[in-house]
Amino acid sequence: MSLRNTARAFPTLLRIGFVDAVAYRAEMFIWVLATTMPLVMLALWSTVAREAPIGRYGEAQFTAYFLATFVVRQLTGSWVFYDMNFAVRNGTLAMRLLRPVHPLWAYGAEALAAMPMRFAVSLPIAVVAMAVVGAHGMTHDPVLWGVWVASVIGSWLITLLVNLMIGCASFYIESSLKLMDAWLVFFFILSGYIIPIDLFPPTLRALVEWLPFRFQIGFPVEVMTGAHGRGAALALLGGQWLWVAAGFGATALMWRGGLRRFAAYGG
Amino acid sequence: MPGASTPWRYARLLRTQVRASLLQGLQYRVDFMLDGLTGLFWTTSAILPLVVVFRSRPTIAGWSFGEALMVTGWFTFLEGVLEGAVNPSLSEVVEHIRKGTFDFVLLKPADAQFLVSTARLQPWRATNVVTAGAIFAWAFHLLGRSPTVGPLAAAAVAMTAAVAVLYSLKTLAVSAAFFVVRVDNLAHLFDAVFDAARWPASIFRGTVRFIFTFVIPLALMTTYPARALLGTLPLGTLALAVAGAAGSLAVSRAVWTAAIARYTSAGG
Repeated sequence: MSLRNTARAFPTLLRIGFVDAVAYRAEMFIWVLATTMPLVMLALWSTVAREAPIGRYGEAQFTAYFLATFVVRQLTGSWVFYDMNFAVRNGTLAMRLLRPVHPLWAYGAEALAAMPMRFAVSLPIAVVAMAVVGAHGMTHDPVLWGVWVASVIGSWLITLLVNLMIGCASFYIESSLKLMDAWLVFFFILSGYIIPIDLFPPTLRALVEWLPFRFQIGFPVEVMTGAHGRGAALALLGGQWLWVAAGFGATALMWRGGLRRFAAYGG
Repeated sequence: MPGASTPWRYARLLRTQVRASLLQGLQYRVDFMLDGLTGLFWTTSAILPLVVVFRSRPTIAGWSFGEALMVTGWFTFLEGVLEGAVNPSLSEVVEHIRKGTFDFVLLKPADAQFLVSTARLQPWRATNVVTAGAIFAWAFHLLGRSPTVGPLAAAAVAMTAAVAVLYSLKTLAVSAAFFVVRVDNLAHLFDAVFDAARWPASIFRGTVRFIFTFVIPLALMTTYPARALLGTLPLGTLALAVAGAAGSLAVSRAVWTAAIARYTSAGG
């Protein structure tokens, strides 16, 4: 499982992942449509803002915020934990282990390869939405857009690593799917997905800014909607990538420990 | 066969099915703990935005915090019904159709729709009912009053209508499984739309509000029972809701019957 082997196999893995995503495009489209939560939240917040702005948010700001949320969630979402849990349960992970490529890299490649399709499916929706509400809620600074790209990659990586960790957790416990349920709840509440972070009560906010959830959704969305200056955005980006690094370390540890416990049943 | 059956026989059948589900549920106690805990957090995620919003002002779209909590309470209740009773049974139908084992259901000497609807209950989801009760208690406390018999009865009627509509919509979604195989996504889509039922219907505007009142009647599902409990739902509206529920049950039954008539096994 040398790095050279992985590098050589990577283009092929990407191609396989891409073909897979294309094959299930209708399914993917329905998944996009099923991401209604930002819109449900938008309905509440824009009604609130119509009566009077709340914090720095008027109706237009809320619209921009939740459309950005929709886009970031589409680009960074991952459900690898499900495949991995399944592979551990029914023993097919053994087959992945036989390949000369590290299974975690293979899962990463599959997730990465679905990106063009995700773009293709969610971008039209985003463009239409932006055209309807106007682009004025968005930042115009090219440097910030650069930061945004880096932040989306960071957020994608955090989400992927959490998925892989929960996948690895199925080596240790039976209910790792429930673990994802629990993570998702915190993710919903604390990431800025349903409430912008700066509307949190101050004490809770201080805590939320240190947790990884915020870097999954809130941070890229804030950069996109111009909530931060360049300096602040870069500092936050540093914080985000610290979480990415921690995630890499923790995933590697969990994988190594878990693999020792793995015994392929059937297969 | 179904035509010759008595209500008594079906009541006994129901009891047997519920007992089987209960016994199955009792095997997974850890799941129960985890599910209950996660459910509690999900409820928090429905309430927290309201807390944040009502910190800055007393009413939104004509609803005070206590009143909006009533809607959240019914939302929590219905979510329990949806995930505890409706979703598991109906996704089993999809599985039966895919594998061709639906034959065995059709062969049993009882109504197929009744059988599949009661086959798989998740008793642990009853925790949602408890949570909903706590939310109602909190809401009544905030409003500084206590529930009276009239509104309670009206709310019970409105909730029955809501459950009927929910069940009919799900049955329609599953009937689609006889025509196209992959409907689990459709069911998922429905759940995603149902998330919007957590707010009072007057939060929504224009087309969206029209859709949520008439096409996918989310207003009927949570806002009407909440208003009934508050004593502000006109009797006429309640009667319309009941008529609508009866209508949707009839339609879904007709579609279901037409759908199973088309069923042509799949090996198995």
